[in-house]
Amino acid sequence: MKRSTRDLVLLGGAAVAFAAAIALQLIRDRRFPRDTHQVEQILYVRSGSALQRMTLSFDALAADVYWIRAIQHYGGDRLSGPQAQTKYQLLYPLLDLTTTLDPYFNIAYRFGAIFLSEAYPGGPGRPDESVALLKKAMVAMPQKWQYPHDIGFVYYWRFRDYNSAALWFQRAAEKPNAPLWLKPLAASMLARGEDRAAARFLWQQIAQSEEPWLRRTAERSILQLQAMDQIDQLNAVVKRFPPAAGELYSWPDLLRRHVLRLLPYDPTGTPYEIDPSSGQVRVAAQSPLFPMPQEPRRLQ
Amino acid sequence: MRAVRTVAVNVFRESVRDRVPYNLVLFAVLLISSSYLLGQLTAGQDVKIIKDLGLAATAVFGLFISIFIGIGLVSKEVERRSIYALLTKPVSRAQFIAGKYAGLVLTLAVNVGVMTIALYAVLAYMVWTEPPTIRAGWDAPGIDPALLKAIFLIFIELMLVTALAIFFSTFSSPILSAALTFGFVIAGHFNADLKNFDKVVSSRAAAMLARGVYHVLPDLSAFDVKTEVVHGLPVTAGYLASTAAYGLAYVAGLLLIATFVFSRRDFK
Repeated sequence: MKRSTRDLVLLGGAAVAFAAAIALQLIRDRRFPRDTHQVEQILYVRSGSALQRMTLSFDALAADVYWIRAIQHYGGDRLSGPQAQTKYQLLYPLLDLTTTLDPYFNIAYRFGAIFLSEAYPGGPGRPDESVALLKKAMVAMPQKWQYPHDIGFVYYWRFRDYNSAALWFQRAAEKPNAPLWLKPLAASMLARGEDRAAARFLWQQIAQSEEPWLRRTAERSILQLQAMDQIDQLNAVVKRFPPAAGELYSWPDLLRRHVLRLLPYDPTGTPYEIDPSSGQVRVAAQSPLFPMPQEPRRLQ
Repeated sequence: MRAVRTVAVNVFRESVRDRVPYNLVLFAVLLISSSYLLGQLTAGQDVKIIKDLGLAATAVFGLFISIFIGIGLVSKEVERRSIYALLTKPVSRAQFIAGKYAGLVLTLAVNVGVMTIALYAVLAYMVWTEPPTIRAGWDAPGIDPALLKAIFLIFIELMLVTALAIFFSTFSSPILSAALTFGFVIAGHFNADLKNFDKVVSSRAAAMLARGVYHVLPDLSAFDVKTEVVHGLPVTAGYLASTAAYGLAYVAGLLLIATFVFSRRDFK
């Protein structure tokens, strides 16, 4: 056999063998599908300092790997449907490891601040872990005003603790290069903590972030605040024009009586829902704004 | 000097013959494919991660070249018995060691240089494709000259590891040399802990011993400024100069001992 013919036979044989392997893999995957959703998510090493030693001088790269894992974990769980027992259980450990391996990983702290505190099903609803992560950031980068500001925001928006929020905004205002609006914000937080305008102002500041995902979250929250205003107005209308005795609350009834001219839609274009027995207006479950955040309670 | 240059050029040619530059292709493929994939996975941190990946890959590829070629530089000549022919030429044993070392350092310099160019090219592409609003949020500029500080210290570290590999290869087998060099590299990265050993032990003798080991082992963690550079934190010229000077002094010490050991070896 000539050398060129032999080479052709060898390469052709290899191509056929690889093609057969791929075909067999496809057949096997179709006939014996493996359930990847049932694979338990495991974090083999939970100690950041141990990992730091294991990775020698490649701790920043290891931090990147854990950051990607945190993003995938959060995104995967958010899209995975209701699994209340296991959702987001690794989010804090993953972000903690990321920031131990790379203490200057600014965005990991801010991601944690927003999403760890977000209530279920959008997040694990752990504002305490948000604050812990942000306090860790303050140790690594004490000169940054963004971290005490974010802690103040978590106290305001999630804990509804206006005194602590004002204290943290005041601390942020004392940092170098802090924006001028922080001091008046701290003062107004003490005076009018329940004010929806304060929340809107804070989210608008976050919406100016360079990070697209942070901007998207802030924009969604601003729309939620807009929906809250609309729901207040609709509730007032519904209360003024109750249905006839023995009838239930419904949009068709209100439209028929010309109380409303059109079906009310939330800012994303999804129709609002009305509770037939109580008449309470709410955002529909299929709306991108669902679930709505719990609103800060009025000051006692 | 001419003898050293001749040996060095031969080492460089041999590394090219051994297809060492193939790792550059792997490096380029790794960076280019990562730059595409990371954009989908990292929530806006792709430039930071490409910098981390590029610097880490430069260090890892360099480390493997330093160790796996370094350990064979002397022992291969002995195994192949080409050392007999070489020593009959007007080349002293000191020149032989210096030439072998210089040749591998030249190979590493070319490698690190090409990798640096590839890293900057990928970063330039990423900067070009990102809008200014995204770029404003980066800790450090995309095409940051400060990356060269980290690359410079990586190169000095590789020079030190090469010197370690050559030193071990003057008196032991390639496998043992590789094990010893890897051991020293790992110990060198933990070395800084020994400095503060007195804070965790009460025995003064143990603390003194740890302090002594700290000075004897190479302090490799000092060469790692990757995190600082990627986050745009300051790395002073004084730190760079003193760490480089420490590395070069350590290299000189290792090469002198390697020459001493090698000159006492009997090849009869």
